[in-house]
Amino acid sequence: MDYLLTEEQKMIKGLAHKIAEEKIRPVAAKYDQSEEYPWDVIKVIADSDLFGLFIPEEYGGLGVNVMNLCLATEELSRACGGIAVCYAASALGTFPIVLFGNDAQKKKYLPDLAKGKKVAAFAITEPEAGSDASAIKTTAKKEGKHYILNGLKHFITNGGDAEIYVVIAMTDKTRGARGASAFIVEKGTPGFSFGKKEDKFGIRASSTRELIFTDCKVPEENLLSKEGMGFIVTMKTFDMSRPGVAAQALGIAQGALELAVKYVRERQQFGKSISSFQGIQWMLADMATEVEAARGLVYSTARMLDAGVKDVAKDSAMAKMFASDVAMKVTVDALQLFGGYGYMKDYPIEKYVRDAKITQIYEGTNQIQRSIIALQLIKEIAK
Amino acid sequence: MNIIVCIKQVPETTEVRINPETNTLIREGVKSIINPFDMYAIEEAVRLKEKFGGKATVISMGPPQAEAALREALSMGIDNGILVGDRAFAGSDTWATSYTLAAAIKTAGEFDLIICGKQASDGDTAQVGPGISTHLDIPQVTYVKKIEEVKDKVMRVERMMEEGFEIIETPLPCLITVVKEINEPRLPSLKGMMRAKSAKITVLTQKELDLDPQSIGLCGSPTQVVKIFTPPPRKGGQILSGETEEIAGKLVELIKDEVH
Repeated sequence: MDYLLTEEQKMIKGLAHKIAEEKIRPVAAKYDQSEEYPWDVIKVIADSDLFGLFIPEEYGGLGVNVMNLCLATEELSRACGGIAVCYAASALGTFPIVLFGNDAQKKKYLPDLAKGKKVAAFAITEPEAGSDASAIKTTAKKEGKHYILNGLKHFITNGGDAEIYVVIAMTDKTRGARGASAFIVEKGTPGFSFGKKEDKFGIRASSTRELIFTDCKVPEENLLSKEGMGFIVTMKTFDMSRPGVAAQALGIAQGALELAVKYVRERQQFGKSISSFQGIQWMLADMATEVEAARGLVYSTARMLDAGVKDVAKDSAMAKMFASDVAMKVTVDALQLFGGYGYMKDYPIEKYVRDAKITQIYEGTNQIQRSIIALQLIKEIAK
Repeated sequence: MNIIVCIKQVPETTEVRINPETNTLIREGVKSIINPFDMYAIEEAVRLKEKFGGKATVISMGPPQAEAALREALSMGIDNGILVGDRAFAGSDTWATSYTLAAAIKTAGEFDLIICGKQASDGDTAQVGPGISTHLDIPQVTYVKKIEEVKDKVMRVERMMEEGFEIIETPLPCLITVVKEINEPRLPSLKGMMRAKSAKITVLTQKELDLDPQSIGLCGSPTQVVKIFTPPPRKGGQILSGETEEIAGKLVELIKDEVH
């Protein structure tokens, strides 16, 4: 389908495609197995300027553009969902600074993030605060010119490898969700350490760690926006980043579909290519149609965000939920088309199933997305 | 350090098809790319520029569509692009091409180094680089796999041999041709691609270069292509089996048949 991309967008998509094919696909299995952070690929992505796609030009980026970010994320994810999320998670950690940072904060942090010299991470999740973000226990207490952070964050993507963290902590527990605030915390700050690295089902090239804050002294100028704005920062950040997760899911689905089509053409049974069987053809047709429908939803939402449409929570949730459900279904079907070979780690397809699963879970489970969509629907009717 | 890089646009495939009537390459339907060996030349020029400063210029002789190859080089970090293109240059062999390119290089200002890929993947002659250095009367080192040092207008390089390598010191300016062992070419950057898209490409025609008409194009090309053909694949041999005497007998019969 032709999405009438601009020349610039075609350039971005083309470059990300080249990186994916030449630099990511050959090493995807290696990083999946070793669970090492793919610094050599991150360096290639950085040198290509793709980290500039979510940072304003005046701070060394190429301008914030969700559609461009989605195109890049989709292409990178086609080759490896794990490596792509290292990139996309830096966007997630950077958006709060782009959206809510003051000029001094932006000048200090964004140029290095735009060049990909440093990667960022966003930290809200805690052992007992997943979908219910208001249950956060990490605290930030003002003492003189500092905030003292105490608590534990977990499941933090890019945790340990990122240099810049945006951390949500409670400055006023009595106010519930309105008592949360967002802080920029640099790696190396005294009192800030890392816990265990998670051994994951999929996206294994990306790192997921605990962040531990023990009387961690954060300068007061690292507070983003104002005290009590933590949840607004989080919600606005997720509105911007959800199409990115959707694009990741879309890329994984597209990648699996392409591998499946190629495989069924080559695979011979009963004296002919299995692509000549109608049962196989119908599966491919459904998979391709679902991927295209997801793409339409993702691109439309991204374009709405770039056009400055105000209320995108429902559309953003729809894109994330639908694209990730499609990714799960399409990757499972792709594995089925590979038959017994697909179940073996010698073939690339089982990794796509594992990488797809997380997209239904993180940045709001698909159940939470459905709640967001339903509540918005009911609100609209009640108006 | 000012560097000139000479590149050629070639068909992507290594299995080129030839028009049997005209003896020329069939270019229709084949994607054009920068000659793979020239990518190493571009990368080395950008690295030297990053290390020593100065500017890098890329030159290509070819049809108007070769401009795309020049822009791709610019997107990797080369500063200027020059397209040497004119109908009058059509049909040039390696002699006329290197003569024309040498003349174009003279218009590009002072330079310290010219870098070429070791050969083009379509013609495989490896003659244009050395030809340019001859026309410009500067030293040449072919098959360079490493630039060890550049100091006080002298450069020390490692030159790849069939077994091992030579270390050669050469005064600058000089021309080198490079092999793939020298580096790993980078991918373009988005900022580079955007700059390359709007960059001005200088076009030099016979009008600007004003070369001797007898020395350019088909007229200036002593090489005559008599025939181009794909060599027929070798037929499989025949294995004789049996006792030694039996085999010897069969062999003699076969040779007799062959002779008659």
